[in-house]
Amino acid sequence: MPAALVDRPELRKALDALTGRFADAVLGGAVEAGEISVRLRAEILAPALRFFRDELGFSALEDLIVCDEYQAPVEGGKRFSVIYRLYKFPGAVRARLAVAVGEGGSLPSAVPVYPSANWAEREAFDMFGIPFEGHPDLRRIYMADDFEGHPLRKDFPLAGRIGGL
Amino acid sequence: MAFREIDLNMGPQHPSTHGVLRLKLAVDNEVVLRVEPVLGYLHRGMEKLWESLTYTQVVPLTDRLDYLASLSNNLAYCLAVEKLAGIEVPKRAQYIRVVLAELQRLASHLAWTGFMANDIGAMSVLLYGFEAREDILDVFEEYCGARLTVHGIRIGGAVRDLDAPLIARIRTVLERIPKRLADIRALLDENRIWKERTVGIGRISAADAIDYGLTGPPLRASGVAWDMRRDIPYSSYGDFDFEVPLGANGDVYDRYLVRLEEICQSIRIVGQALDGLPDGDCAARVPRILRIPPGEAFHTIESPKGVLGFTIRSNGSDKPERVKMKSPSFINLQSLEHMCKGNLFSDVVGILGSLDIVLGEIDK
Repeated sequence: MPAALVDRPELRKALDALTGRFADAVLGGAVEAGEISVRLRAEILAPALRFFRDELGFSALEDLIVCDEYQAPVEGGKRFSVIYRLYKFPGAVRARLAVAVGEGGSLPSAVPVYPSANWAEREAFDMFGIPFEGHPDLRRIYMADDFEGHPLRKDFPLAGRIGGL
Repeated sequence: MAFREIDLNMGPQHPSTHGVLRLKLAVDNEVVLRVEPVLGYLHRGMEKLWESLTYTQVVPLTDRLDYLASLSNNLAYCLAVEKLAGIEVPKRAQYIRVVLAELQRLASHLAWTGFMANDIGAMSVLLYGFEAREDILDVFEEYCGARLTVHGIRIGGAVRDLDAPLIARIRTVLERIPKRLADIRALLDENRIWKERTVGIGRISAADAIDYGLTGPPLRASGVAWDMRRDIPYSSYGDFDFEVPLGANGDVYDRYLVRLEEICQSIRIVGQALDGLPDGDCAARVPRILRIPPGEAFHTIESPKGVLGFTIRSNGSDKPERVKMKSPSFINLQSLEHMCKGNLFSDVVGILGSLDIVLGEIDK
């Protein structure tokens, strides 16, 4: 079995360290298939990312994923869940951090911690309309600057534009 | 001469961008101060479209992402769906997938070598690279009828089995590549013009490369050993013996050397996979309409461009709730400004080429 798929005790230790540090802001955590998976309150996102980078050694941001939970809002009616995927090498260890953000709410930018979050956050802003505070250059990345609406939201039509063709 | 900053536009129609990419450059005489890539000219809303299709219908659309390595896209997507649905892929199908994915890597790297040399001004290498690539595309044509948008990998396995004549043909193609590779190396390795345009150009340190999230050959050229095939193996890659070539200087020349060495390693892997091809089925039995209980899966592979990943979320229906692609070209292009700063304007083309980007994948 590849090393990446074995549950490792050091991951549980890392998870305990995180829970010890941020206590009630960690809403849930597990170690599955060689991966740390945690749900966090959005308020501690910035210090948590820094903790993962500086103290747990997760050196890079692999992906940033946004899901529109239009039908089943999470955590007190918040519309979007935002997932940060981190990895560390050597060692092939992954972490998954999930936070929830409501429509009109914002998240702290991850760019000061992980510079590669720059375009990923611009994409999330363009496609879902989530603002990231402290981002050096938050503009649309794919759609034109004067485009109206955020295409990957579930209430955006597959064809046409908001309010008809 | 007095300092005078000039803004320059490169693209969206420019032969060296291999697609429609616009670069907004700020230059002081010949020296690059800033580079800002402007994306979206090829944006087709793939991720939105996928939410309206069944899991199976998505597969041929992934061909249109990185259209120089369509099989790699098929593989990454199918592995993510299989992980989510808990589908077991037969061992033989896994080996066939490795053969196809490595042939695709050979085709992609050979095309890159040709394009890259052509961008720098060495026209003949393009012909050598493309001649070798043509053989591989012929194999794909014989395998499933298509050459570019191949759609050779399906959820649960591969389109069809590898029969004896096709295996013999693949072996002949593989035998011919080293000779052609030697021709290319004879033209470029010690070529003074090539070296002046590539050695020490577009450098990025290992630490910066990690910060910028670089993956694939550009990351390994900076000396970071990170290859999904070795570090988080999938599709039986753990069964094969191969090396992960590394560069030392993180410049354009090292990216060239890393890719050429990867070609040799891919030939080794295909040879081993064909030798050890196990008996069995070439695909698992998968229902025509696949319904997956609510869940989320993330799977990454080492595509020719870098680490390609898919996050798929299911909601119990036959269509995905959300598909997010982690596109290696998108992330690699982000570091272009860092690599270009302080270099000459004429080197932007070479640095951009050395990243091996495909706009179909960046713009989604």
